[in-house]
Amino acid sequence: MPQPLDYLKETPSQTAGPYVHIGLAPGAAGFQIYGRELGHEIAAPEVPGERIRVEGVVFDGTGAPVRDAMIEVWQADAAGIHPHPEDPRHADCAPGFRGWGRVIPDFETGLWAFDTIKPGVVAGRMGRPLAPHISLWIVARGINIGLATRMYFDDEDNSADPVLALIEQVHRRGTLIARKTAPGLYRFDIRLQGEGETVFLDV
Amino acid sequence: MKPAEFHQRDRLWHPPAHHPNYKTSVSRSPRQALLSLEGSLSEITGPTFGHNDIDPIDNDLIRNFAKSGDPVGERIIVHGRVLDENRRPVPRTLVEIWQANASGRYRHKKDTYLGALDPNFGGCGRTLTDETGYYFFRTIKPGAYPWRNWINNWRPAHIHVSVFGSAFSQRLITQMYFEGDPLIAQCPIVQTIPDPRAIDQLIAPLDMNAAIPLDCLAYRFDIVLRGRRSTLFENRLEGN
Repeated sequence: MPQPLDYLKETPSQTAGPYVHIGLAPGAAGFQIYGRELGHEIAAPEVPGERIRVEGVVFDGTGAPVRDAMIEVWQADAAGIHPHPEDPRHADCAPGFRGWGRVIPDFETGLWAFDTIKPGVVAGRMGRPLAPHISLWIVARGINIGLATRMYFDDEDNSADPVLALIEQVHRRGTLIARKTAPGLYRFDIRLQGEGETVFLDV
Repeated sequence: MKPAEFHQRDRLWHPPAHHPNYKTSVSRSPRQALLSLEGSLSEITGPTFGHNDIDPIDNDLIRNFAKSGDPVGERIIVHGRVLDENRRPVPRTLVEIWQANASGRYRHKKDTYLGALDPNFGGCGRTLTDETGYYFFRTIKPGAYPWRNWINNWRPAHIHVSVFGSAFSQRLITQMYFEGDPLIAQCPIVQTIPDPRAIDQLIAPLDMNAAIPLDCLAYRFDIVLRGRRSTLFENRLEGN
């Protein structure tokens, strides 16, 4: 027998279930308990940048809206800086910029929306710039392990983005690109399965 | 700048997206393969939280929703450490939990189970790990409850657990089960996990050493997040 490797195993994932809101967004579950719920404000009003709203629906493999999902978003500020010590420029991140938010779809329609600022270009690996994007993480009843994806913008130059370029089937790249539907408003639908299936990431 | 990354997720250890015995997963699982990415800044950073984000009582589910007295049920402490796969503690990270009450009833407008709501129990808590990665909650042991999957499926007693880690790619939601519960072996959600050793990792043992005599019992639940990968040759030898 070789020497054993001394790594622990990651705790296995389980579904967030239909009542995820109780823990992560109790107001949506129907009760008030915390002094402040987390994840409501991605960018405080004083944060510089173009104010945008992103909205969409998560659809299942039958085309039905997923009305009990929870989406978390994570993004850089307008200068492409993340408010996190691992970002070498984090000291210059805009004050009041959290970069993170929680998004709860409407229980009847499944429509969700969040307000933020448009992120800037982020430095990627080997110095290759990443086109402006927002990272999304989706959990729900029936999703055994959270699904990661990215949202790009159709009014930005995405042609040199190294992540989009990794998607071998060129026609699938569009599933990661939000459509501008009005000034400051973008539409980003997520299809979990089937025709037009969103590209999900193992990151 | 060449950021270090995290150990890849062992997706043979985690449950697969599609598991027909857990019916809802059938239409909510991607059919196409995931696109593997080497982590960039977008993945190795993530939200940070501080003590100004939460209140000290937030980790005490016996008191944080109490209106007219204590909630009914088995009083327990749930405690443990958040570590990474290299056994390093994950300090100052946000741990959030939610659960049903002792009757198996959730305080959620969509839960219509006939088990009674407890007027003194909300069912959620949150806390930050300390410098050693340690956390604890005080709560009531949740009851089993039925759900519409097969005709007669019952969830084992469980507490949902959400953890952030230091990077968005460490984000994890899981469920904690209780030692000795015979429903664990029958649950289609538990059994989405293919490896019995991985299921064992979700079962909290009774921890008499942490119980408070004449007050409450205790269960121990350690959580392991993805480990930081060493980049010995690319970066720096001391980078561990």
